[in-house]
Order: sequence, then structure tokens, then C-alpha cells
Amino acid sequence: MDHVRPVPDGAPQGAPSAGDAPDLAALLHRAGLGDEAAFAAFYDATSARAYGLALRVVRNPAHAEEVTQEAYLDAWRSSTRYDPERGSAAGWLLTIVHRKAVDRVRSVEAATTRDQTWNRESAPTEHDQTSEEAHASLDAQRVRNAVSTLTDVQRQAVELTYFGGYTHTEVATLLDVPLGTAKTRIRDGLIRLRDLMGVAS
Amino acid sequence: MSDTSDVHKLTGAYAVDAVDELERARFEQHLAECEDCRAEVAELRETAALLAEDTAVAPPAALRESVLAGISQVRPLPPEVRAPAPRATHEHRAGRRAWMPFLVAAALAVLVGIGALIVQPWAGEDDVKRLTAAEQVLQADDAQEVFLDLGEAGRATVTRSKSHDRAVISTEDMVAAPDGKDYELWLMSPDGAFTSAGLMPDEADQTLVLDGSAADAAAVGITVEPDGGSKQPTSDPIALFDLTEAA
Repeated sequence: MDHVRPVPDGAPQGAPSAGDAPDLAALLHRAGLGDEAAFAAFYDATSARAYGLALRVVRNPAHAEEVTQEAYLDAWRSSTRYDPERGSAAGWLLTIVHRKAVDRVRSVEAATTRDQTWNRESAPTEHDQTSEEAHASLDAQRVRNAVSTLTDVQRQAVELTYFGGYTHTEVATLLDVPLGTAKTRIRDGLIRLRDLMGVAS
Repeated sequence: MSDTSDVHKLTGAYAVDAVDELERARFEQHLAECEDCRAEVAELRETAALLAEDTAVAPPAALRESVLAGISQVRPLPPEVRAPAPRATHEHRAGRRAWMPFLVAAALAVLVGIGALIVQPWAGEDDVKRLTAAEQVLQADDAQEVFLDLGEAGRATVTRSKSHDRAVISTEDMVAAPDGKDYELWLMSPDGAFTSAGLMPDEADQTLVLDGSAADAAAVGITVEPDGGSKQPTSDPIALFDLTEAA
């Protein structure tokens, strides 16, 4: 028997990511090679955010589940297309979830109220959020702090679009402002959040 | 109508999917050529995704099983191969590939499904005079034409021949369908029912015979549908060609 070398307890050598979470980009990469266990780990690390976002946008839990499932299937299928140079893996996934959730909200409406002018039951007050489900992570706290620095109009515009699924044209009507103004508020609000939360490309 | 600085301002709305399908298609054309907007969209998407930190909810356990059962039946797509995008009517678009992997994938998938529909490579070899199905409609004595200018999205003409029971659509400078979406064609009956008439490949300029019997159609519509199309329209048409008023 040769000498046995003790394995250090600390951080594994050459760990590619400095983050505390599992390295999502690496998991996605392995998923692209057909590794279902890696994808399961990716799911476990992201599903609360994915499902929570879908639920917030579509509101109906059954629809939210479908949207989330479709988004993960898409993520699996296109895992080879994810490029870490262009953004985080979580951001990439949530972009897919959001798009599907918004499509769902709009197509449900198109099917049920195709001929009516849009007109949602839930008035767009920005305080109707489901805070009881909010997950009290440090990141969440950081996000809340950043959002609280937005002006009221910026926050409304961002929330109505991102969580409400409204188009900027609809937001302009809802807030009774000119078209260009809604567009600008959404962008200004996001840019402010970007700067406060240190998102850089 | 909109000046250039206005176009750039759409990054925020685009990043949070707060655009309609036509705007999305147009803005993606712009993105293909605007490096600054691509970078800004990437950052703003990343930022918006952080908002989901505050709405996390553990999904039902059954969802995990469905997802894992689902993926076990599908192979991940092959990696992107650095081929030119299928639409190359204008100048060379270097930025396009980098930006829209889904779009390219969608276009390829559609071309496979539909490519054989009109132009059979062997047609005309035996009989040079034989007209394609599209030409028969376009040259029919009873051809009715409806032209629509879709603004920045392009132009399209629908021609219907009752005697041939077919309709044909010809497009010029049509913008590609949005990321992850297809254009779907519909035949609308006089009572307003829509029947799918097939998907349109992502080609700027093309002539395509619609699937299905067109003699009694009151209109032809185009909608933007999730990749692969839908059985019924899931959104309002971006174009509706009224055949009842056609000459």
C-alpha cells in the first residue's frame, strides 16, 4: 500500500465558481451532454424561483405548474445553447420561465376575451403581492432594498410589466401616461435596479 | 414615426416581455444590428430575473417528477453550428447568429416540416411547362388578390382561386417570427372559425400555398404562435386578409 494522502476539508481545488450555490452553469453544461442527474440538481437549485415567478405572473397554480414544466423542458432541450458569457444560468432559465408565463397569461385572455378590450379583474394596485410566500433570502432582501429606492412610477411600471405581464402600451394606458413615457419608465427603473444590484455584463 | 433613439428605449420593455409580437419581431431585427442594445437587454434581463428572488415558492413535489420524466424522453438540441442564418436577403448580418439561437433552430425545424410542400425538386424536370401549385393559383382566371402593407414588418399578398380551391401567400421583406415563435396561417370561414393552413417558414420573401380548402374562406389570417404552431389561434392575427371584398 502506498501512502495515503488526507483529503483537505476545505474548498475543493479548482472549484470554478466563487458562488455559494451549486455551479449552475456547470450543471447546465453537463445537462447538455445528456446528464439527467445534473439537470435534476439544476432543478432543485432553481425550481422555487422558477415556480414562484410563474405563479406570480399566471396566478393559477395549475397553470404555473404547466408553465414551469414547459420552461424546464425547453431549458433541457436548449441546454447546449446556453452561453455563460452572456449571463447567469439562473437568469437564462428565468427569462424562459417569464416569457412562457407572459405568453400563457396573454393566450388565456385571448381565448376567453378575444373580442373584448383588455380589462383585468384585478386592478393594478402594486400592493396585491403575495408576500407571505416571499422567500427571505439575503438576495431577496437585497432586491427589496433596491426596489424600494425606485420612484413610485418606476416601480409601478416595472411591476406591472414583469409581474403583471402587461405590455408597455397597456401600462401607458393603465397609468394614463403617453406611450413613450411608459417605455422610458420601465427602462429607467430596470437600469436603476441594475446599477444598485451590480449587474454587469 | 419612431426615430432611432426611440428604438433603443425599447430595451427595457423587451427585456421584461412587455412588447406585443409585432414589436418583438421588429425589435429583434434591430437587435441583430445593434450591439449596444444586445448588451443592455442581456443586463436588464439578468436584473429582472433577480426580482424573482423575492417571489420564490417551493413547487409541488410532483412537478419535479414530471419534469424529470419529461426530459428523459427528449434529447438536448445539438449545439449551435456556426452557419449563416437562413434569411440572407439583404446584407450579411454578422450579429444575428449570436443573438437568436432559438430563432435559427425554429427556422430550421420549420423548413424541414414544410419545405416539400410547394416546390418538389423534381417537378418540371419531366414537364417543363407544368405549373407549380402556386403558379396555378396566381395565374388562375378567377384569382382574387388582397395586399397588406404591414409597415416595418413587411408586405404580403394573398391570392385565392375558387376554381382551384387554393390560396397562396407571397411575402416581401417579412421580418422573422419572434424568438421561439412561428407564423401560422389560417383560413377563416364565413362564420369566423379558424382552420390552420400551415406554418410559414422564416423567409423574408416567399410564395407559399396554404394547406386546406380555400374556396369558401372569408379571410386568411396570420398569427404568431409558439414554436410548431397551434390548433387554434392563441393570439389575435397580426394580419387579416379579407377575401370577401377582393375583386
